[in-house]
Amino acid sequence: MSVLVPALRAEWTKARTVRSTWWSLATTAILSVGLAVLLGFQMAGLPPERRADMDLAQLSFLSLLIGQIALVVFGVLLVSAEYTSGTVRASLAAVPRRGVFLAAKTLVAVGVAGVVGVAVAFGTFFATNWALGGHGTTLGEPGVLRAVLGASAYLAMMCVFAMGVATVLRSSALALGILIPLLFLNSQGLASLPAIRSVTQYLPDQAGAGMMRIAPDEVFFLGELDFGPGVAFLIMLAWVVAALVGGYLSLRGRDA
Amino acid sequence: MIEVEGLTKQYGRTVAVDDLSFRVEPGRVTGFLGPNGAGKSTTMRMMLDLDRPSAGRVLIDGRPYRSFTAPLRHVGALLEARSVHGGRRAHHHLRWLAHTSGVPSARVDEVLELAGLAGVRRKRVKGFSLGMHQRLALAAALLGDPPVLLLDEPVNGLDPEGIVWLRTLLKDLAARGRTVFVSSHLMSEMALTAEHLVVISRGRLLADTTVERFIAENSRSYVRIATPEPSRLREALAAEGIQVTDSGDGALAAAGADPARVGELVAAHGVVVHEIAVRSASLEEAFVRMTGDAS
Repeated sequence: MSVLVPALRAEWTKARTVRSTWWSLATTAILSVGLAVLLGFQMAGLPPERRADMDLAQLSFLSLLIGQIALVVFGVLLVSAEYTSGTVRASLAAVPRRGVFLAAKTLVAVGVAGVVGVAVAFGTFFATNWALGGHGTTLGEPGVLRAVLGASAYLAMMCVFAMGVATVLRSSALALGILIPLLFLNSQGLASLPAIRSVTQYLPDQAGAGMMRIAPDEVFFLGELDFGPGVAFLIMLAWVVAALVGGYLSLRGRDA
Repeated sequence: MIEVEGLTKQYGRTVAVDDLSFRVEPGRVTGFLGPNGAGKSTTMRMMLDLDRPSAGRVLIDGRPYRSFTAPLRHVGALLEARSVHGGRRAHHHLRWLAHTSGVPSARVDEVLELAGLAGVRRKRVKGFSLGMHQRLALAAALLGDPPVLLLDEPVNGLDPEGIVWLRTLLKDLAARGRTVFVSSHLMSEMALTAEHLVVISRGRLLADTTVERFIAENSRSYVRIATPEPSRLREALAAEGIQVTDSGDGALAAAGADPARVGELVAAHGVVVHEIAVRSASLEEAFVRMTGDAS
């Protein structure tokens, strides 16, 4: 602990003293909540017969799928900005133990993205249901609170996953070039092919979709999944751990 | 003290650093000299455990770098100057560094003052000139008041006033018992700053000696003689076993000759001369010759 605490303070100072942190987090919130209000009003204004086939309880999660891009950018920049600026050499000279360095960065990402994840997931939920008027849902309905908490956890985990991937790739362009398409692979039609779907449902964004489902067997807007929220959480956790292990091996094995 | 033992770095088939062994002693400024691409920066990165050696090791005060829990209090390093996030303010850059080794915040303002950056402490680093970057990097190196300093080309980008300031600072730190290791590709700069020299070329150690001895051994002096009767003088000197060559500027050059003896011979033979002067080849020439010979 005696080495982790100073490293943690340093990482927190680093994160809060660059503007990209604040604009990426603000964008996450504005994009998610803004879209939530727009979609809510849009749906509330539909004729009742069209609204009848829709599951509006899920609506708030749709905005999060867009908002998460900015949070992924935050996670990537946390690491890749060090490589593009060369700061990483100063960082590793100051904290030579790679595991401590990565642990400190991870904890900062978990902390920041955790707070933002909870705020944005609940903010989006309330904004959507306020805009929907009487057509939405409440946290008191079965499974809803769990789904919103699942969405919060997913956002935080996605951010840490992105940070781990950036630690392996060491480049903003490369990391975002891989992560952003990955987030939209399934929603862009691949999910409609059953053969592909049976594999792609284990990708992080689908695990995330699983975490946000209100009823385990409901048809989610992203498609069907063979697993419930608990398993989805474990799949997502496995992705995060894999990315961090990859990041650690890269830090330990390669020259800075 | 820094001990380098059999340090080697290979990139594929290219050997950047080839079995280097030397010691950097405390209490004096040691210059690390070599032409561009000699392997100086690679060696310094391996000293800080940033690059992994292919073979060999580095010990700093008897310990591997990675074993320091508060490294900035032991080793202050300046690698590339422009390695600070451009969007960060100068004092924030030093503040996060200070946190890593438990250096108090008051020290941040101290080193900013020392480096002459107090006026721009709240400025974002991307607006800095190369000289200001270099000063910020020096401030960072001095942050933990470390007993060992590793500076890679710290003079780059500094104005003449900054160079004099740095030279004085380094000598002063060495006089107080610190280990100061400074790389440069400029021999003339090292002659003014360092007492001891470690010279490398193509990754290999060429010399590990004092600056005085390096100069004595490598700068050849010669006696330049301007005369309207070169052939007579040549004969006269050759008869005494003094080798004479063309100095390249219309005069004669007698390498390693004693000027008094040359004068006596000129008088004895009645040769007309316009000038007899001792010239020494510059340090830069000596350095170029030495590193050139190695390749």
